[in-house]
Amino acid sequence: MDVLTPRSLDEALRLKTEHPDAVPIAGGTDLMVALNFDRERPGVILNLGEVPELRGWSRDDGLLRIGAGLTYAEAMAEPLRSLLPALAEASRTVGSPQIRNRGTLGGNLGTASPAGDSLPPLLVEDAEVEVASLGGSRRIALHEFLVGPKQNALAPEELIVAVLVRPSGAPQTFMKVGPRNAMVIAVCSLAVAVDRERGELRAAFGSAGPVPLLVIAPLAEADGFPALVASAASPIDDVRGTAAYRRHALRVLAVRGLERCLAA
Amino acid sequence: MSAPVPLLVARCRALPGSAAGKHSLELGRVGESAARVDGIPKTTGEFAYSSDLAAAGMLWGHTVRSRHAHARIRGIEISEAVGMPGVHAVLTHDDVPGEKRYGLEFPDQPVLAIDRVRYFGEAVALVAAEHPEQARRAAAKITVDYEPLEPVVDPERATEQEPLHPDRPTAGHGYLDDPRPNVIRSMVVRHGDPDALGDVSVEGVYEVGIQDQAFLGPESGLAVPDGEGGIDIYVATQWLHVDRDQVAPCLALEPEQVRIHLAGVGGAFGGREDLSMQIHGAMLALHTGRPVKIVYGREESFTGHVHRHPARIWAEHRAALDGRLVAVRMRILLDGGAYASSSTAVVANACAFACGPYRVDNALIESTCVYSNNPPCGAMRGFGAVQTCFAHEAQMDKLAAVLDIDPVELRLLNALEPGDVLPTGQTLTGSFPVAEVIRRAAALDPPEPEELPRDPLRLPGGSGNTTHGQGVRRGIGFAAGFKNICYSEGFDDSCAARVRLFAGGAGELQAEVHCAGAEVGQGVTNVILQVARTELGIESVVLAPASTADVGSAGSASASRMTWMAAGAVQLACRAALEERERTGVDVDVERVYRHPRTWPLDPETGQITGGPAHVSFACAAMKVVAEVDVELGLTRLVWIGTAQDVGKAVNPQAVYGQIEGGTAQGIGLALMEEIQTRGGLITNASFTDYLIPTTLDVPPIVAELVEDPEPDGPYGLKGVGEPPTVVSTAAVLSALRAATGRELARVPVRPDEIVGL
Amino acid sequence: MRIELTVNGERQEADVWAGESLLFALRERLGLPGSKNACEQGECGSCSVLLDGRLVCSCLVLAAQADGHEVVTVEGLAGDGELHPVQDAFVRAGAVQCGFCTPGLVVAAADLLQRSPQPSDDEIREALSGNLCRCTGYQKILDAVSLAASGADA
Repeated sequence: MDVLTPRSLDEALRLKTEHPDAVPIAGGTDLMVALNFDRERPGVILNLGEVPELRGWSRDDGLLRIGAGLTYAEAMAEPLRSLLPALAEASRTVGSPQIRNRGTLGGNLGTASPAGDSLPPLLVEDAEVEVASLGGSRRIALHEFLVGPKQNALAPEELIVAVLVRPSGAPQTFMKVGPRNAMVIAVCSLAVAVDRERGELRAAFGSAGPVPLLVIAPLAEADGFPALVASAASPIDDVRGTAAYRRHALRVLAVRGLERCLAA
Repeated sequence: MSAPVPLLVARCRALPGSAAGKHSLELGRVGESAARVDGIPKTTGEFAYSSDLAAAGMLWGHTVRSRHAHARIRGIEISEAVGMPGVHAVLTHDDVPGEKRYGLEFPDQPVLAIDRVRYFGEAVALVAAEHPEQARRAAAKITVDYEPLEPVVDPERATEQEPLHPDRPTAGHGYLDDPRPNVIRSMVVRHGDPDALGDVSVEGVYEVGIQDQAFLGPESGLAVPDGEGGIDIYVATQWLHVDRDQVAPCLALEPEQVRIHLAGVGGAFGGREDLSMQIHGAMLALHTGRPVKIVYGREESFTGHVHRHPARIWAEHRAALDGRLVAVRMRILLDGGAYASSSTAVVANACAFACGPYRVDNALIESTCVYSNNPPCGAMRGFGAVQTCFAHEAQMDKLAAVLDIDPVELRLLNALEPGDVLPTGQTLTGSFPVAEVIRRAAALDPPEPEELPRDPLRLPGGSGNTTHGQGVRRGIGFAAGFKNICYSEGFDDSCAARVRLFAGGAGELQAEVHCAGAEVGQGVTNVILQVARTELGIESVVLAPASTADVGSAGSASASRMTWMAAGAVQLACRAALEERERTGVDVDVERVYRHPRTWPLDPETGQITGGPAHVSFACAAMKVVAEVDVELGLTRLVWIGTAQDVGKAVNPQAVYGQIEGGTAQGIGLALMEEIQTRGGLITNASFTDYLIPTTLDVPPIVAELVEDPEPDGPYGLKGVGEPPTVVSTAAVLSALRAATGRELARVPVRPDEIVGL
Repeated sequence: MRIELTVNGERQEADVWAGESLLFALRERLGLPGSKNACEQGECGSCSVLLDGRLVCSCLVLAAQADGHEVVTVEGLAGDGELHPVQDAFVRAGAVQCGFCTPGLVVAAADLLQRSPQPSDDEIREALSGNLCRCTGYQKILDAVSLAASGADA
């Protein structure tokens, strides 16, 4: 096992081309668990902690470019918090303060867990993922980037560089169900937005199907929306909860989410 | 003789004497709140826990464990592992030098699996290597040829399946003779006329999941060969001498050749009564001639100790219209898992306290614990009383509803008092203020409901932001419970203490106390020092590190007995030392053994006392809980808890409050979230990601009142305090949840599905 | 592989295995066992340290990632013979029982008070929600943080 620590994005991309099997590490909140529990022994670990291009965020003509290394704690801070309120709410539900100081949006995308907390709010905001390799970069719509449970559209020589979002300004919220009042993996979660400009009700759920999924309906169809969200889910029974409960909870969350956003 | 272990020295330095200058602490006498003597090193990181130890030339031990719940072992291939880099030893059952089996009470568990594994995580082989990763890689190269067998996983069917222990290890120990396969112990308590009819009756079937102690410091220790064939084992444990007495025969050593030293203990709660790494570490150390440290990871820890017995309980309560209990009938089924551990005593406790702290003239209580291929169960805080308290308190609430009597009044009406007779036939003597704790807890006023809007942290679902008030209902619940203090049923229960009195440099009297009572976090170190200061009338008292080498057995830090027993022993030894010094005028060193009042076995056929009391003493508690429940999502926020507890006499009030708060939190965990889940005997949630324990956002403010009614037989009038809060809190939380939801909620931990009615 | 880092103000070097956590390196390579190994998956906070001034779980930091960075552990909080106010408050409030969670909680509480000297009860609870304690039920831990914040002598 070896650890490579590039100091620039170019160097990182070059190393990823040389070692396509290298496993990137940023916040370490997923990979370190696999290492500590002896579940993974990658030949090469690519430490992205020293790549300045992955840090921070910028705004250009209304488009936010959020570095893959942005932590949840940073997503909770102003002005990002006001620009992407549901993402900030979701970030507050991630693990513990320690995890939020360390875990990154890029990591959440890379792991592509159905329970990834940042994914529903980013889906609701039509985020795109910017990925790059030595050959150049490309943008992938988030819903196309998430291809299966813990599977994404990244090619072996590519790295996740940024998340691109044009904040809708729509009232939005995020809710996450867990059996404990802090520090839980989502039994199920839901981001909801009421986008009056586009005339859309938008919701994306987590932990209720193989990938987080976006559900859209016309503004006028608020009454049927909770049922629509619940029926779009394909939850399973597992140690964290039952399929029946997840479907039920999504319906409740959708009702409450709409109520919050419509009141805003 | 033994190799020095530098970090242990640091821990000793942390005992009184190190707290200097501004930070010197008033350590107090009996009855005074005193800051912990180990408090400062524990906050600075200097305190050495068992996993912190190191020694020159140390190797890391690793345990290969079964991935099957039940399988025959056809062969174990270790040759590839032996040659791996850094590996110094690979051992199997063939290498166990002495007895191949051990056990806390019955030697039914192989040191390393021989021809069969009986639970998921059973130890099969050992590796010692220079780095833990080398040990892990070598372990991965050990091939165990398993032939999977059908696991016994349903306790209801266990008595009809092939016996997992055909030699019946627990038979012939004076228990009811029950020839059914896989019975660890069955017991009947028959009292009065169990067929007596009341005016009303209520019935229920209750279920309790497997709870884990989830102590934060995983099992760990360091074994150091002494160069003369013996071994020093520095370990986190609850009972040094019983460890020694299990370890020595398996190593084919004399007891004196095995010295167990207490290392820093990161919590115990019953989970360190049985052995974990002790024999394994010693085998590797003796084999390699080098110190060997074994530290379990969290996943391994879930298979490294016994858990709280899961239970299925049927109960029927009959009462007169005025609310008086007429008869209680209960059937209790406990799943003991693969090995006996202390299951036989848990059965007896479940039976003996099944009716709660209430006067019941007619009762029929049947309790059975079975072997299975589920995770082994044994001691955990509350020890059989937690499960039945959950059932009897649910029944009392049902009865109150049927009779339209206030639940608190119903409990007061039936509250036991000294002079009453328990279902075992034992007459209550001494202190037992049941009505007083019920009245005091009931009198505590919960806060008014808080206005909306609130930060979601102050609503059910907490940081998940799931409600802004929608679906939230408030409920207030109440429960009372009790449990025995000290060991019971004729066990010869003792504790030794040694006191050395000597003149210091300036001629002033100083004392050094030895006691092997395990400081597991409960604060017995302070108790020992407070008692010694009180008895000797001096300040300069130090407590030597606990070790089997220096003093006799203290018994276990369990059964809420350690404070009682250590206080009794230290008091006795101090008085003897003073007397001897007075008589001889020279430095003295005396050891004394304390015994609590004797107990007698229960009749195996009737569960009635024989010859004298079966239990030494009892402690009770009552608790009021305010919960807010999101009835649409099934999520809960506890708002407030008020409790009153019978403590006899608080030796260190601050520590007693700490025990009550912490014990309550563990009961909250069982009520709301804690359960080891299994599938076919395999644990499916062996991590802190999926085995959840309460956080700061799950435990509400707890107002506790101490009811001090001195126990005549207890030193200074004290009783143990660790278990009653855990016994009563699960039941009290569920009572509040029922009040909020109107649902029966007959299983803990309660699942959101059940609250919403799915 | 060799790493160089600043720990509690001192330059340190260590040879680590590539898969080793910062926690293991601190405990087993650098003689600083104060940070505890309770879950090794970021679910208990017992291994909390400050990495470049931010509270993190050292079990989730690859030792190699700490190369060139600054770490403060529980051993680095107390000054010359003076306990950190949070440490002192923990002892006085009775917030310590078995103590295995204590180092992580002390670091987390010190971090909170550094950012927010007068935290509300909710703020304290949220800030410490990643630190599990199995013994105390948290009440006295919350009391200790309030005590430290109040500056009462302590």
